[in-house]
Amino acid sequence: MTVAKDESGQEDADDKGDMSAGAPQGAPDDGYTPSARRLERERYRRARARRATAIAALSTLVTAAVLYLVVVGAPGWPRTKETFFNGQYAREALPKVLEGLWLNVRLLVVCGAAVLVLGMLIAIARTLRGPVFFPLRALAAAYTDFFRGLPLIINLMIVVLGVPALRLQGVTVDPVLLGGTALTLTYSAYVAEVFRAGIESVHPSQRAAARSLGLTNRQALRHVVLPQAVRRQVPPLLNDLVSLQKDTGLVSIGGAIDAVRAADIIVGRSLNYTPYIVAGLVFVALTIPMTRFTDWVTARMDRQRAQGGSI
Amino acid sequence: MSDAPVLRMESVRKAFGDAVVLRDVDLEVAPHTVTALIGASGSGKSTLLRCANLLEEIDDGAIWLDGEEITDPRTDQDAVRRRIGVVFQAYNLFPHMTVLDNITLAPRRVHGVSRAEAEERARELLERLGLGDRAGAYPDRLSGGQQQRVAIVRALAVRPRLLLLDEITAALDPELVGEVLTVVRDLKGEGMTMVLATHEMGFARDVADQICFLDGGVVLERGTAEQVFGDPQQERTRRFLRRIVEAGRL
Repeated sequence: MTVAKDESGQEDADDKGDMSAGAPQGAPDDGYTPSARRLERERYRRARARRATAIAALSTLVTAAVLYLVVVGAPGWPRTKETFFNGQYAREALPKVLEGLWLNVRLLVVCGAAVLVLGMLIAIARTLRGPVFFPLRALAAAYTDFFRGLPLIINLMIVVLGVPALRLQGVTVDPVLLGGTALTLTYSAYVAEVFRAGIESVHPSQRAAARSLGLTNRQALRHVVLPQAVRRQVPPLLNDLVSLQKDTGLVSIGGAIDAVRAADIIVGRSLNYTPYIVAGLVFVALTIPMTRFTDWVTARMDRQRAQGGSI
Repeated sequence: MSDAPVLRMESVRKAFGDAVVLRDVDLEVAPHTVTALIGASGSGKSTLLRCANLLEEIDDGAIWLDGEEITDPRTDQDAVRRRIGVVFQAYNLFPHMTVLDNITLAPRRVHGVSRAEAEERARELLERLGLGDRAGAYPDRLSGGQQQRVAIVRALAVRPRLLLLDEITAALDPELVGEVLTVVRDLKGEGMTMVLATHEMGFARDVADQICFLDGGVVLERGTAEQVFGDPQQERTRRFLRRIVEAGRL
């Protein structure tokens, strides 16, 4: 399943070679037929790819067997299995956990969007030049310093429990809204730093080229610097989004019922920990497609731009 | 010294998708000689150099370095590249390292030379190329000509068997071009074997022992400078040279 990337790439190349060997495609003026030398090389590469696949399969099999024996052979395994991997409790917990997960997903979408916008604005504020912008720069720096340093759980308690205690007229006491606000405050600070690092990693010559074309500072940022910065920062941004997704569970300290809290309720009643495993797996299942999707998007963008080459 | 070619290519073919960039290219480079590849942009000069250095995998044909076939999939590509120096059009210096670190990276990490020894050789080469005082500078602080000379020093630091120069003056203004070409001329004097892709026809004529005119991925014409520039056999070559002369480049 996990064959090394370059090996599978070679297989692709070989497939192409096979096609042109069977029926010379395109280029009618060319009259090219692969030489014996090329065919021999391709045979060798195919053999090597087959060998790599076999080795990968064997090593996977051995690793899986060892893991299985270690876990199942552990002295406490029957007990652990009963407490953490109980089918009956899993079936009972799954619908409730999924119901709770809907809250996590909504929080993720709304907070994620807010975090990206706010983070970007803060990052831009920090990179503005010129003395006029000094207060803005200082404010943005103070914001990131403060919220990056403040533990999320304390931030949540202050916002979710402290704000309602003020009994302000017209301010919500909904723990989900307040919790979302706290998450956005903290994560904007993280994401702002990711964006700022991206902006600063774009080579100054790019800005110079843009400004020389007559673009204003703002246009240069918008059309030249930011697109490159954002592209580079996709993996770390995704990291923060996944982290945010998991931390959405913390809004339960104000009483909201998300996936983790839903599992918690069943555990409290049954003293069986299986629901936690179910909730954990559900979170993992939610993350994987997101990661694969961004990997695919960035890989595609890179292919469009990159110079060819076999290394 | 034997006269067996340092680099030999036979029926090399390279295609990117449907576009065939090199077809049936043969080439022999004798020791201590300079081969200049000329031709319009997109004629395959750079690709040919990249293939010689195994940066591109060729589709068909074969390439030998000192009699050893390097296009065999069983060869150790890193070992091949260790014997070939390359200078790129855009310098490709590492911006996060000082000049000295750029130059000593490969000798120290790849060839196992001690730091002191690597730095001594680097300084000696820098001195010779008039860059003795820039060892501690970062590449972005240097002019284009200085950067390109550093790139040449970086390639030379490992004492390569063969030096590939890919349009190394294309990004430089005329004054700096002279600076860099003088270096190449000196290297020839020392017996370095080189293959260079260039648009500097005057320079190619002066320095090259063999000139290959590429057109559409084919070596259309080859010979000494007198043959190719003085008495081109192909209509395509004549047209190319006429345009160069009209542009005042020869």
